[in-house]
Amino acid sequence: MQYQADVTIELKSGMLDPEGTTIKRALEHLGYETDSVKTAKKYTIDLQAENIHDAREIVEQMCQKLIANPIIHNYEISLRELQ
Amino acid sequence: MSIGIVQFGGSNCDLDVLHVLKDVIGVDAELVWYKEEDLSRFDGIVVPGGFSYGDYLRAGAIAARTPVMASIKALAEAGKPVIGICNGFQILTESGLLDGALTTNNYPKFKCESTLLRVETTDTPFTSKFKKGEVVSIPIAHMEGNFYADEATLSKFEDNGQVAFRYVDREGKVTDEANPNGSQENIAGIVSTKKNVLGMMPHPERASEEILGSKDGIRIFESMVEFISKN
Repeated sequence: MQYQADVTIELKSGMLDPEGTTIKRALEHLGYETDSVKTAKKYTIDLQAENIHDAREIVEQMCQKLIANPIIHNYEISLRELQ
Repeated sequence: MSIGIVQFGGSNCDLDVLHVLKDVIGVDAELVWYKEEDLSRFDGIVVPGGFSYGDYLRAGAIAARTPVMASIKALAEAGKPVIGICNGFQILTESGLLDGALTTNNYPKFKCESTLLRVETTDTPFTSKFKKGEVVSIPIAHMEGNFYADEATLSKFEDNGQVAFRYVDREGKVTDEANPNGSQENIAGIVSTKKNVLGMMPHPERASEEILGSKDGIRIFESMVEFISKN
C-alpha cells in the first residue's frame, strides 16, 4: 500500500524562535496584534508499507533518527492512504 | 603522529586547519573524504567548519549520519582527541558525541566577528596550554551557534567541568552584551564527559598566526598535539 505522511517539526515550548518573533514584529507593522507566532517545518513523505500501522512505525523511526532533533523539537505525524 | 581532517561536501575550513597543523605547527595531518570508513590510522581528528550538505534539514544533521561517523565515534571511545569546530561542533552534537544542540542565533543573522572567550578549564586535551580564567580572542562565523541544553545537562556540565569556553567581555565577565548568539550561560565550547571530544563555535584556525590578528587559537591545536605525543 502507498501512504503519505505529513511530518510537522516544531521547537519545544519555551525555546527561542527568532524567526517567529521577527514575523510577529512585522505583523505588528501591518497593524495585526498577535499573542505569539511560532514557526514549524513540514515534510511530506510518500512511502510503501504493509498497513497504516507499519507506515506510522517507519515514519516514527525516521523522525527519531533524523528528521527531528529530540533535544529541541516536538513532531507530529499525520498519515493517509494514497489511492 | 597523524591528525585526520574530515571533509564533507560543503566543508570549507578544512584547508585552513590543514595549513595550521602542517605549516604552522609542523605535525603530520591529512584530509579525509567522508566516505572513508576506517580512520583508525589517526591519533586525532578535526571536524572542520563549513556548511556540510548546505545546512539542509538542520546544520550538521546530514553529516552526522554519514558512515565516517562510526569511525570517529570509535576513535573517541578509545580516548583519542576529536575537535569539532563551528559546523563540526554542530555535527558532533547531532551525532550524539556531545550533549546539547545548536540552534538559530537569538538575532537571526549570520555573525562573523571577533569574540572574547574565557578559558573555563585547563583540564582537557585542548586547553592545557592556557591559564584557567584567561581571556582569549577567537572569531566566530555562524548563524546557528545558539547553544541549548536542558537544565539537567547544564548542571552535569558544571559538576564535571565540561564547559571549555564562555563568551565574556574584556574584564572576563559573562554578560548578555558579550554573548553573540544567545547561547545558554554564554557557552562557546564544551567537552565530552571523558573530555577528549571538544566542540566549539569560534574558529581557532582563524586565530593561529600573527597576521590574522590573534594567535590565541593555535594553543588549542598545540594542546591537542602535546596530548597525543604524551599518550
